[in-house]
Amino acid sequence: MNIHTTVRQWPAEGLVRVPYWVYSDRALYDEEQARIFRGDTWTFLCMDAELPTPNSFRASNLGDMPVVVTRDANGAVHAFENRCAHRGSLLCLKERGEAREIVCVYHNWTYDLTGQLTGIAFRRGIAGKGGMPSDCRPEEHAPRQLRIEIFAGLVFGTLGRNTPSLEEYLGPEHVVRIRRVMRAPAKLIGGYSQIIPSNWKLYIENVKDSYHASLLHMFFTTFRLNRLSQKGGLVVSKAGGNHISYSMTQDVAGNEYEQAGLRSANEGYALEAPEMLLKNVDEFGDGIGLQILTVFPGFVLQQIRNCLAVRRVVPRGLDKTELVWTCFGFTTDDDALAEMRLRQANLIGPAGFISMEDGAAAGFVQRGVAGANDAASLVEMGGSGTASEESRVSEAAVRGFWKDYRHHMGL
Amino acid sequence: MNIEHLARVADLNARYADAIDADRLEAWPDFFLDDGRYRITTAENLAQGLPLSMVYATSRAMLRDRITALREANVYEGQYYRHVLGTPLIAAVETDGLRARTSFMVARVMRSGETVLFATGYYEDRIVFDAPDGARFAEKTVILDSRQIDTLLAIPL
Repeated sequence: MNIHTTVRQWPAEGLVRVPYWVYSDRALYDEEQARIFRGDTWTFLCMDAELPTPNSFRASNLGDMPVVVTRDANGAVHAFENRCAHRGSLLCLKERGEAREIVCVYHNWTYDLTGQLTGIAFRRGIAGKGGMPSDCRPEEHAPRQLRIEIFAGLVFGTLGRNTPSLEEYLGPEHVVRIRRVMRAPAKLIGGYSQIIPSNWKLYIENVKDSYHASLLHMFFTTFRLNRLSQKGGLVVSKAGGNHISYSMTQDVAGNEYEQAGLRSANEGYALEAPEMLLKNVDEFGDGIGLQILTVFPGFVLQQIRNCLAVRRVVPRGLDKTELVWTCFGFTTDDDALAEMRLRQANLIGPAGFISMEDGAAAGFVQRGVAGANDAASLVEMGGSGTASEESRVSEAAVRGFWKDYRHHMGL
Repeated sequence: MNIEHLARVADLNARYADAIDADRLEAWPDFFLDDGRYRITTAENLAQGLPLSMVYATSRAMLRDRITALREANVYEGQYYRHVLGTPLIAAVETDGLRARTSFMVARVMRSGETVLFATGYYEDRIVFDAPDGARFAEKTVILDSRQIDTLLAIPL
């Protein structure tokens, strides 16, 4: 009897259903690591600005796999598996720093910043005794090298042999929309991480779900930062896995939410000092106040007014995900804009007036579907397709994610 | 060492933590001066000289806004904290008050009964003695030892 083949059948309805076993199947999780994260996809590793000088490094991840991203003495960026060729120990034990070489603490094997093995302690033994046989080729066991591409200050890596060029993978609309946000050299303002108590896919679905934002987050709705009645749109890439949701700052001042009696539109709720938090400028000059962009599988680029961040979605097990936030501005920011970004950062992250709720929501689903492996979620808002559209009362980007996911997984 | 200074800092932080742990959050902003500053950041950001905070407020009004949001706007599961505070370290004595550092551990207790060590770190406080027996925070910086927060940070630390 093979239980998995029975259970692991995608519902006949297709993209409008997501079977709940996708969030709790251990074998599927392992397969995702191989087929998606270590497969023909691009994973965001870090910002170029996180490697500020030659001979610097930053720890990152390709799914479960630990990775070191480096800038060598000549300024070139590399990424390789954070695993010693010898016994598999982590090579790099710090999050970031400066180094001319990387030395494994276990047995002192040494690597240069391109990930090449350059030294083995006592390779020839001591006084002619011991050491490694002369026909052993440890260099052939060196940590796997990632292919790297840097786009608009964002470093991506892949292990896949057939991953297309990054720009082709992003698609023309993402190329334009990423460049739009990355309008000048980035300047880091800080980071933190939020542990999401759910499978990684529930978090990424949440980000792609333009329907939930103004319904779950009263802050968005009450302060008209994002309402589905505001002008905007939803872009879904051809393969489905990359999306952009955006809305214009200018509001038509409709009262659809109030009329529908929605919890998120609370007319009795007001702030004493809203301008201290929400004051903003149209730094992009196009009237777009909010743009959330994802790249399959786990990259998020966020613009909420002047609050800019990249988020890395790192799976940490079946029901645990680390969301690594890095906030940035630009080297050209004046003091006023820099201060605005810090104030608006109250909206995001684990304590963010908006983002705190996403961590909770994904966890609610993870717990809600325990025991429902034979059931599926309904993903029918906006029909059954994955085409770009003006309306954000749609789950087209969520369906797009599953389209790409199923393609990579052969499901 | 001035025992009275130590006692005043310990007393202020003890009352502060008690208000949070006992869910008297409406009293929380009153521990600050009107233009008091409060922020939560991580040791990692601090070490890198990066200014980002998880929570950043520059007035009592902003602190009250945090509490109103928690009570009326934000969605999160019922939970409360238990603060355990270390002995204050008086870092500097100033004309109108002092600077002190106090370490803390906070357990989070969920509605379900699940109890976890939620946060550890220290407070960098600038305290002003604004009345003969009164003291308030002019500035309170919460520095978290870890960069990770489990799920969300709704209630202040």
